Amino acid sequence: MALVDPPVREPLDLTRARLSTRRRLADRAATAVISLAFVVALVPLVAVVGYVVTRGSGIMSWEFLTSDIPRQYRVDGGGMYPAIVGTLLTTGLAALMAIPLGVLGAIYLNELGRQNRTARAIRFLADVMTGVPSIVMGLFVYTIWVLRFERQSAFAGALALACLMLPIVIRSTEEMLRLVPDELRQGSLALGSHRWRTITSVVLPTALSGIISGAMLAIARAAGETAPLVFTVGLVYSPSWSLSDSSTALSAQIFRNASQPFAGAQDRAFGAALTLIVLVFAFTALSRFVASRLAIKS
Amino acid sequence: MTTLTPITIAERPDLTIRARGSRLDAAFRGLALAAGLVVLAVLALIAYSTVDAALPALRAAGLEFVTSDRWAPNAPDGPHLGSLAFVYGTAVVSSIALVLAVPVSVGIALFATEIAPRRLRRWITTAVDLLAAIPSVVYGLWGIAVLAPNITGVYGWMHRTFGDLPVVGALFGPASSGRSFMTAGIVLAIMIVPIITSITREVLVTVPRGEKEAALALGATRWEMIRGAVLPHSFGGTVGATMLGLGRAMGETIAVALVIGSRPQIVANLFATGDAMPAVIVNQFGESSGTFRSALIALGVFLFVLTIVVNFMGRVIVNRVQVRFRGAA
Repeated sequence: MALVDPPVREPLDLTRARLSTRRRLADRAATAVISLAFVVALVPLVAVVGYVVTRGSGIMSWEFLTSDIPRQYRVDGGGMYPAIVGTLLTTGLAALMAIPLGVLGAIYLNELGRQNRTARAIRFLADVMTGVPSIVMGLFVYTIWVLRFERQSAFAGALALACLMLPIVIRSTEEMLRLVPDELRQGSLALGSHRWRTITSVVLPTALSGIISGAMLAIARAAGETAPLVFTVGLVYSPSWSLSDSSTALSAQIFRNASQPFAGAQDRAFGAALTLIVLVFAFTALSRFVASRLAIKS
Repeated sequence: MTTLTPITIAERPDLTIRARGSRLDAAFRGLALAAGLVVLAVLALIAYSTVDAALPALRAAGLEFVTSDRWAPNAPDGPHLGSLAFVYGTAVVSSIALVLAVPVSVGIALFATEIAPRRLRRWITTAVDLLAAIPSVVYGLWGIAVLAPNITGVYGWMHRTFGDLPVVGALFGPASSGRSFMTAGIVLAIMIVPIITSITREVLVTVPRGEKEAALALGATRWEMIRGAVLPHSFGGTVGATMLGLGRAMGETIAVALVIGSRPQIVANLFATGDAMPAVIVNQFGESSGTFRSALIALGVFLFVLTIVVNFMGRVIVNRVQVRFRGAA
């Protein structure tokens, strides 16, 4: 009996070329539209940053960073030193208030409370608090602090910023604590450490980079906030380092000067905007650096 | 023969909780719990103090506060405190922002998860993060200095092109100045793209790899795979992300205050000047006193309630989607 070779069949053509024109065109078109969306989002990023850098660098100088704010809008020149001091002061104080509190709260949520009713309620309320409009935080601090003590102050501004930062710090820290492997906790507990020892010497150091990075993002966000500060910090024209006195901030100065028709005020607004963007981007970049350099090795 | 002496056993170490320093642990627990409860205290205090400060205005205005659009706090015949025009402005501006931002955000999220080459993906996230990092007041400054003066030509063209269409033509009325609902909506859209993108991206990542590969193996093109496997899976999450973006848009103050034009009116024309709830608070607070100031705080309370409802719904939807696809957190 002779062996018959099986008939040789052409292999199926599965290349793109065999797709029907309609399907191929639909695929191409969709890919183009989706890629275009990214370009569309890049346009404002480049436009805003580019314009602020161009306009801002015109007035930017050592003098701008170290002079007082002129009392009249129409005056040319002057600087933003009091606003830089104010932004650093209020944001720094807010960070001092919100970060320890937020980290402790997150420790409760992830290490102690876990899924019990209190922890779940706090987690939910922190989410609600994240959604509170920043202007409402400003009104809130205005009613409980400025009205009561009858004065606007750097401290009142810091209080409003801290209220904004707190839920962000809590949630980002909790996410980081969740990444710490349970084996580390069990190991520490099995060696006989107390709960608090385990948390402070094993869990926190492991999650430290993530916690720092989250906190810095919260700081960057707070530094750019305007609405909570407008009613609470007041206004000064020369630098004030006192917490109980009025102050000002870069964001508030941008807002004040933005709608003025005078060239001097406009220039100062853009100078302040450039300073603020540099400050905020620096913190954001630092946060990414910390996150990537010290990340948990899994 | 040696006698085995029983080994003296040291007293068993006391491993009970008490001996392990329960008091310190309890103190630590108490401290952490107290820190967590600050959130509760602050929220309660926000609700109490702002409502308390808003009461005089709410008493003076009564139902008129939510039913009237006449805002004249210093009128000679007594204050008129109708908030309707501001609620309308906030609704219009947020809607414009969503219509513009949602397709772009979903597009970026799809680009970052399905289409872009792997090396590019990190840069996309960086770009979106930078967009989120720019302070809102800087967007406002850019809007008032660059966007508003230059976009009136576009508005005029749209008015000439679409103004005569039935029904929708009313939306494209004549443009008076660059400061309008539309300008505010555009600036807001830029600001909420990052939040919608990042949440949508997180949802898209949860689409099971198997389903995507199955679609491709059946001969689907990439677009068919996205349409058949990715989008149905992430629809709920995208809706939730949209709600969270809406919550952010409604509360956004400074940028809107700068570019909306500050004239409370209820008109269909998107190119007309208007006003919005947070914008009027920040613009008029300094010149207000007494019942007027109380009315602005009442607007804040109203806004607070609205954003909480929207955020709550968004959060519930996103959480449900994440629990379904990733297991309970």
